Amino acid sequence: MSLLGNLSLDAIPFHEPIIMVTLAVVGLAGVAIAVAITAYKKWGVLWHDWLTSVDHKRLGVMYIVLALIMLIRGFSDAIMMRTQLAMATSGDKGYLPPEHYDQIFTAHGVIMIMFMAMPFMIGLMNIALPLQIGARDVAFPFLNNLSFWLSVGGAVLINLSLGLGEFAKTGWLAYPPLSELSLSPGVGVDYYIWALQISGIGTLLTGVNFLVTVFKMRAPGMKLMQMPIFTWTCTWANILIVASFPILTAVLGLLTLDRYLDFHFFTNAAGGNAMMYINLFWAWGHPEVYILILPAFGIFSEVISTFTGKRLFGYKSMVWASGAISILGFIVWLHHFFTMGSSADVNAFFGIMTMIIAVPTGVKLFNWLFTMYRGRLRLTVPVLWTLGFMVTFTIGGMTGVLLAVPGADYVLHNSLFLIAHFHNTIIGGAVFGYLAGFAYWFPKAMGFHLDERLGKASFWCWQVGFYVAFMPLYVLGFLGMTRRLNHTDNPDWNIWLYIACAGAVIILVGIVLQFVQLYQAFRQREQNPDTTGDPWNGHTLEWSTASPPQFYNFAELPQVRDIDAFTDMKEQGTAYSRPASYAPIHMPKNTPSGMLIAGAITTFGFAAIWHIGWLAVAGLLASVVFFLLRAYSSDVDYYVQPDEIERTESAYLKQAGVAPLKQEAEQQVEEVPA
Amino acid sequence: MNTMTEAAYLADESNWQPDDHEHHDTGANTVFGFWIYLMTDCLLFASVFATYAVLFMNTAGGVSGRDIFELDYVAIETAALLLSSITYGFAMIGAHKQNRAATLCWLLVTFALGAVFIGMEVNEFHHLIAEGNGPSRSAFLSSFFALVGMHGLHVTAGLIWMAVMMLEVVKRGLGNQTVTRLSCLSLFWHFLDIVWVCVFTVVYLMGVL
Repeated sequence: MSLLGNLSLDAIPFHEPIIMVTLAVVGLAGVAIAVAITAYKKWGVLWHDWLTSVDHKRLGVMYIVLALIMLIRGFSDAIMMRTQLAMATSGDKGYLPPEHYDQIFTAHGVIMIMFMAMPFMIGLMNIALPLQIGARDVAFPFLNNLSFWLSVGGAVLINLSLGLGEFAKTGWLAYPPLSELSLSPGVGVDYYIWALQISGIGTLLTGVNFLVTVFKMRAPGMKLMQMPIFTWTCTWANILIVASFPILTAVLGLLTLDRYLDFHFFTNAAGGNAMMYINLFWAWGHPEVYILILPAFGIFSEVISTFTGKRLFGYKSMVWASGAISILGFIVWLHHFFTMGSSADVNAFFGIMTMIIAVPTGVKLFNWLFTMYRGRLRLTVPVLWTLGFMVTFTIGGMTGVLLAVPGADYVLHNSLFLIAHFHNTIIGGAVFGYLAGFAYWFPKAMGFHLDERLGKASFWCWQVGFYVAFMPLYVLGFLGMTRRLNHTDNPDWNIWLYIACAGAVIILVGIVLQFVQLYQAFRQREQNPDTTGDPWNGHTLEWSTASPPQFYNFAELPQVRDIDAFTDMKEQGTAYSRPASYAPIHMPKNTPSGMLIAGAITTFGFAAIWHIGWLAVAGLLASVVFFLLRAYSSDVDYYVQPDEIERTESAYLKQAGVAPLKQEAEQQVEEVPA
Repeated sequence: MNTMTEAAYLADESNWQPDDHEHHDTGANTVFGFWIYLMTDCLLFASVFATYAVLFMNTAGGVSGRDIFELDYVAIETAALLLSSITYGFAMIGAHKQNRAATLCWLLVTFALGAVFIGMEVNEFHHLIAEGNGPSRSAFLSSFFALVGMHGLHVTAGLIWMAVMMLEVVKRGLGNQTVTRLSCLSLFWHFLDIVWVCVFTVVYLMGVL
């Protein structure tokens, strides 16, 4: 075996013009960005303020940047599939050969779930959750940074597969025996395994971190049943993360042993059982979709409550409905393979459990409707996403209940009806939710406003595009078209494939408008600042800070007496009040350790993919050494001094136009002679 | 203040002064976070246990548990690991009393017992593979090696961690941070003991029945 293991120049797909052009464009874009950063002398800012940051707000922004980049990649895959299927009708072969097309649909699924939706959700949680509970950061800020870089490591590996070797051709579930070495001898499945394994461990650590944060670091006075609803839904999602991601770790580990060391867990030979993989995979995979959707439900709740100017209807039922969904989410996994051939009793049990989930979800919908009832709804961008969600998600939920009937599922299993259903819930539910949250918290995180008109235009493109793209797939499912077809030869299907392709183009316009909106906002950031820190007349504590929040979040920890803590303060007249003096604040220092550890682990993953023994050992050892260096570094924290806090707070309150309370103002004059 | 009373102190919200809970990464938070991590590890083992339960009869014409398990040998292995939990407990008592010598001494005994356990396990694996009963032979042997081996890897990681902690105690004494870390390792070590009790019961005892 050579020094580079199985890696050689043959791994670069020179014969694939589409991939080579993509690589060239990505390379040029990379060079352009590097030149721009150099020209504006921003490397220092990038390194000190962002890449090494342990600040949850900055990590949140970086998670969302990762999600948006991966959205471009994942959507490119999507539009290639739709155009291929629109061209390859009536026996035509289209422009994507099967071995490439199979990689595209696999990459699309993995990227959209693991590297677009998850980072988007975790990014929003990072930005908002610690602020909502009145904490200065998460419980383990360094671990938070490490989690982020592990997610990036996974994303790097999956993108490397584009230019080095291949990606899995198995579908995003990588079912054995197809994903076993005998039927997938290339590196594709290995890329899949290590990209998911590494980013999955990052997610698991995030779950642990935020659970400790929520249980141990709430502001004084805040009871669990006074936490903002977004924090609650994230907490349920984090419980699901720590309860389900270990199963993913295990099942990927077992598949690794099969592929690398000739074990026989899921092989056809020597007593292996492929269904064991499929059961374990979905025991993670089903809770995973609730991990994606529950925080989105929380966002919709915050948005509806804020923009109707009313307290959320049925807060307690909302919390418990989320809990019920979380628990039920663990006992429905078998509905992904009713056709496995379990007994009728088993299928009936899982079918009924699945249908029951519609009950707590329905509770939520009614709560949102009752919150709006007699409210004065402001039709802002976040509200549009929420209204679009309420209609779209209800349709997706109902097709889900239909699929939950085992008899019906035998007909619709693996058809495009299924594809339409889960896009209906994930786009109409999770993605709409994240985009609502993006518009809602953008001024808070960045300190300036998004362009409302472009935001609305983007929403309408997404909304219309979604229906045009996916409703035809329901029809195609009924017409008998199965998923993962590379080309078709059935004239009845053609018109629906053309319509679906047009829908994808409308969504493309929506995505482009989203980026134009972002560009516009950055260009005009000086003209549209959010000076108050409270642009929407918000209810929860994140709006009591500056925009962007002070790096220590709260100069003095807030005292909480109510679910809508900030509304309560505004009503009591205690909002924006200042203490007589400030105490020093204990803060963690930025560190490159997270990046180094994750980099070493990613190197290990890369070496494992290509069977480069020495590099794998080196990567593993390096990660341990970097970890120990961090563990025994004494230079990890510092204290922010009262005079700096004083200056920061004064600047914020002056900018917000809030006059300090008179009595306290006098005291300050005495106290700050310097 | 030792970590347990500190945890109890911090858990009582009436004790919250602004300065108490603004500290990052206090010992109580670390121990609580480590508990949650251990629960995730528990689910990792549960998944592999489930796999073993599904696959242990799939011997593909090869050996079954009855043919290869030697209960006497495993009993000694088990005794070494269970004893090491007690000795780790003594090390923690020493740590809470700020007795550096006693802590180090008991950590060393624990380390030795853990090493005996791992040595015996490696020996068992070596024999099985040499006799042609390696993990590639059947799904039963695959799941046996994965489950027992995963526990063994955990114990090995625990031994490395313990060696690092012994150095830390020698160099830094028994400060708050060191005691917190020893507490986490203590949880980890006892947890692995409990997992081994399950392995011993489900794999070895039920295997020879």
